[in-house]
Amino acid sequence: MALVAAGLDFSVFLRPAFDGSGNYLHFLVVGLQWTVFLSVAAWLIAFTVGSVIGVCRTLPGRVLPSFGACYVEVFRNVPLLVQLFIWYFVIPDLVPGFGPWFKERLNPLLQQFLAALLCLGFFTAARVAEQVRSGINSLPSGQRAAGLALGFNLAQTYWLVLLPVAYRVIVPTLTSEFLNVIKNSAVASTIGLVELSRQSQQLTDFTAHSYESYIAVTLLYALINLIVMLGARSLERSLRLSGYVGGRK
Amino acid sequence: MYQFDWSSIPGALPYLAQGMLLTLQITCTAVAVGVVFGTLIALARLSPNALLSNLAALYVNGFRSVPLVMVLLWFYILVPGLIQALFHHPPLDIRLLSAFIAFSLFEASYYAEIIRAGIQSVSHGQVSAGLALGMSRRETMRLIILPQAFRRMVPLLLTQAIILFQDTSLVYVIGLAEFFGVAYRTGNRDGTLVELLLFAGAVYFVICFTASTIVRQLQKRICV
Repeated sequence: MALVAAGLDFSVFLRPAFDGSGNYLHFLVVGLQWTVFLSVAAWLIAFTVGSVIGVCRTLPGRVLPSFGACYVEVFRNVPLLVQLFIWYFVIPDLVPGFGPWFKERLNPLLQQFLAALLCLGFFTAARVAEQVRSGINSLPSGQRAAGLALGFNLAQTYWLVLLPVAYRVIVPTLTSEFLNVIKNSAVASTIGLVELSRQSQQLTDFTAHSYESYIAVTLLYALINLIVMLGARSLERSLRLSGYVGGRK
Repeated sequence: MYQFDWSSIPGALPYLAQGMLLTLQITCTAVAVGVVFGTLIALARLSPNALLSNLAALYVNGFRSVPLVMVLLWFYILVPGLIQALFHHPPLDIRLLSAFIAFSLFEASYYAEIIRAGIQSVSHGQVSAGLALGMSRRETMRLIILPQAFRRMVPLLLTQAIILFQDTSLVYVIGLAEFFGVAYRTGNRDGTLVELLLFAGAVYFVICFTASTIVRQLQKRICV
């Protein structure tokens, strides 16, 4: 280990890249951009779809709650990598009309990005749905009754009474789900998307400095994590509710 | 409309079964090592010794802030160098060894957090009672706190094991022949990738769904 540590040479990132696109530091920047872009976009899908599914699971009746339950079970019980490969290799072949457009009209990078985006979005949606459901269920049942008694319809009760409180209760768990999206986005490297973890392999191939590349990428992940955590902490502080754990007195 | 061709699956079943065996081996090793090592880390994190608890926190937060794919790649390049430095000879199949080590150490950080939460969920009066009965701190932890904590944690530990079982598919990145790797390569070879991927997804779903249903039943029964 000491030998390895002594031999590290981080100036390799300043060397001109083989393809003339600047230096190898640029590789890291490009990877970082894709990781952040993919994570944020996937999070938007996950949050929207997850909220809808989570609300479905708490609705009265039979059809919508069981649809929500099926969605969650399917997306939670198949590994992320398998889901990604299904989005990338299977769906374009199976969905009529989608395949030709996907394979011929999109360039490879967009194909990889779209598959990873849909995969991460719908995968995380199942987890967000569970958080939203537990958030809504954690509210006293009087809240729903009070909303309906005031003459709100069911949609208004959810929109104006239940969801605003439920979201604020689950901010901490949503934060850790967002951190999971960032980490899970590394799986997109398996279909060739040039996000951060893929760049560690590419840098190893092009510069033959594997330790430096892996250290740089690992530190970047830790840095993203730290930034998101600090941001989330201030968000949690501003959204805290009185009467709940960690809430205002 | 797409024409399915399931013909390459029956012939590949023995290989797929072997792959599943490796998947289960990795899962079981990582669960066993992860729980034992995770307990030690959790105890270190709760220890009054500041150095020990900070080191444990660094371990847990370090592993939890990095994607599993990166951890696998790390051990894939680190372990060979380490073994060479320690034993002065090139090992045979380092991919397998690196996968076992990477999963065990990575999961230990997740188990440590579950176990820490479990220990902290045991009421403080239990510690006081143990100490008042004349037990040492170590005896209190071993005979009173940990048994109660583990009973409460069993469903969470099993759920984490199911997640781990799914995550083993990621050893694809270092090219091991576990279940998913075998399915992918068979499909690629025979031009039936669509069928093999759907088959692999279905197998994972059946196993994980059954397991999580059992865990849910268990949770209802041992609820303290």
